[in-house]
Amino acid sequence: MDDPGLGLGSIDQLQAKLAEQGYICDRALGTSAYLSLRLQRPLLLEGEAGVGKTAVGTALASALGRELIRLQCYEGLDIGHAVYEWDYRRQVLEIQLMGSRERADRQKAAGLLFRREFLLERPLLRAIEHPGPPPVLLIDELDRADVEFEGYLLELLSEFQVTIPELGTIRASDPPIVVITSNRTRELHDALKRRCLYCWIDYPDFEKELSIVEAKVPEARGALGEEATAFVQELRQAELYKTAGVSETLDWVAALVALDEGRLAPERIDETLGILLKNQDDIRAVRGDPVRAMLDRARHRGVRSSHAGKRPVWP
Amino acid sequence: MSCLLDNLVQFARLLRSAGLAVPGGGTIDAARAAQLVGMRRRDDLRFALRSVLVRRPEDLEVFDQAFRKFFGAPSGTATKLDLRPLGAERRFGDPSVEMESLRSDGGGSESRGERTPETVRIATYSDREVLREKDFKALTGEETEQAVRLLRDLKWRPAPRKTKRWTPGNGVAPDPRKLLANIARRPLVPDLPPTRQRKFAPRRLILLCDISGSMERYTRMLLWFACCLSGTLARVEVFLFATRLTRITHKVSGRRAANPMREIAEIVPDWSGGTRIGAAIRTFNVDWARRVLGHGAVLMIVSDGWDRGDPKVLEQEVSRLQRSCHRLMWLSPLLGDPRYRPLTRGLQAALPYVDDFLPVHNLASIERLAERLNTLAAPVADRNRRTARGRRGFC
Repeated sequence: MDDPGLGLGSIDQLQAKLAEQGYICDRALGTSAYLSLRLQRPLLLEGEAGVGKTAVGTALASALGRELIRLQCYEGLDIGHAVYEWDYRRQVLEIQLMGSRERADRQKAAGLLFRREFLLERPLLRAIEHPGPPPVLLIDELDRADVEFEGYLLELLSEFQVTIPELGTIRASDPPIVVITSNRTRELHDALKRRCLYCWIDYPDFEKELSIVEAKVPEARGALGEEATAFVQELRQAELYKTAGVSETLDWVAALVALDEGRLAPERIDETLGILLKNQDDIRAVRGDPVRAMLDRARHRGVRSSHAGKRPVWP
Repeated sequence: MSCLLDNLVQFARLLRSAGLAVPGGGTIDAARAAQLVGMRRRDDLRFALRSVLVRRPEDLEVFDQAFRKFFGAPSGTATKLDLRPLGAERRFGDPSVEMESLRSDGGGSESRGERTPETVRIATYSDREVLREKDFKALTGEETEQAVRLLRDLKWRPAPRKTKRWTPGNGVAPDPRKLLANIARRPLVPDLPPTRQRKFAPRRLILLCDISGSMERYTRMLLWFACCLSGTLARVEVFLFATRLTRITHKVSGRRAANPMREIAEIVPDWSGGTRIGAAIRTFNVDWARRVLGHGAVLMIVSDGWDRGDPKVLEQEVSRLQRSCHRLMWLSPLLGDPRYRPLTRGLQAALPYVDDFLPVHNLASIERLAERLNTLAAPVADRNRRTARGRRGFC
């Protein structure tokens, strides 16, 4: 099996390249991503919101030096917004410019109206037509799109070609690197899953989250990063409607840095809780005494882990 | 390599027997993946096979266990292990109970099936009328069977929701693409501009059914109601609760459930227990709401409102529930009695957030419920009114 110009010999190399981009990934995700690159199969990432699914796509693109083409899914997303659309205004203009002789000749009229230059490219077509090395195509939050769109995507992902009735079929010379994410608000279709490599991204453990914080917010001084991470880990144990993801942790630590905090104080946590939790009921449930209890437990854990001297070594 | 392939075929077979949906061609992918990552690190092999063979997070645990068993022990002994209980454990709880219930259930329904056909009478019009109005708790065994049959024949056609997708047709919005195509085809013929309209899709129905002690005399019939509903409609989710919440959708959906009662009884831990509606709804809100609500779901709570929990919790959770679904209905069997007033603390706390408060005590009331669902308008403007604590249905 040859390496399709990626310069990747092993999982370790890929992990190291991603780490250079500030994306810390564990072995499971590294293996899935590596295999998806080598086997040229789409990578399907599922997990709770804010665990860094989308970031895989962006990090992969910059690690491989490829362009990132992103398609954000939403309900009602159709071919016109995802693949291509005709530029109707220019077409109407063209009709007005046509002479009556051209208008009478149907073949000629169609040829004039449906010209390549009147075609507006949307992300999927752009990814397929992309000149040069294949780009990274990030299809974000596919679970938001409807089932009909998923069905269309199925065809696209197996053939990497788009058929435009008026123009013909456009095929990708090199298939793009596809990363699909889903928040699992609904189950994706089995047929689509079958074509992908699957990876479930969980909330990171303390060590991994700490190295993410250190990579992304290097300004966090002294024990702040460690304490904040340990606190978020504790917070995830509480029963909440929506718990804090990694992106919330990063925002929070950045906020604490901006407030020039050297250590975590319960009052400061209460004030900045809105960065971690985005639900008023959750904030009300946690604010005050529960925060203090969690902070105590978090400090305990921080002491434990520094005694053990167990700091992660990331390639 | 061929030895590896052999092993992978065996392994895939084991995964299937453990209840995993291993994709077709998965073995070939697995072999390629295994070749790519090499055999030096066992975890690499595990992650590689996992990303090829597993498609659902619930299956990860089963996969890891199966992997440990299969690749952990020396080959030859590993393949003889029976991994089916792993899958059974994941899906239905205690596997041995599950097996037993299947066996006894099969025997029981067979013998019953032989006895019943002779006693069946075709219900005359007046029989049916009496049955329609008879309270569920007063039904005899034979009447229950008849009632279930009538329930099965009930036509459920809940009003669909308008989606954001376009479809060609008699709509109000012009269809520019079709217009241009028409012009290109017949440039000189003036034409009415083609239009498009929004597509409609079925709504999701979610049933939260109270099976606590106080509901006991209604539970059986209401479960049949749930079964019939999810038997005829595609997008129905059914949950039961007393003190805890249990999802039974997979037990009642489709028509395959011959005797769902027994199967349900096996998986529900708190049958006829006390009620903590607030806690059960909280579990639903935290674990399920984001996955099954949305897209204009209609939620029905079937309960008499006798609650041992904290009414504050109930109020908070019901209000949250109402904000996350299209319509919140509370169905109570007690409403059949005209003298009944919803005075329990729990109901008092919950009712301000309920859109429809309807009876389910006999067949006629269920028919009325079906009618209500069929005529659900899309109350976009109503949503604002609802936050002002307006409620309909109960006078």
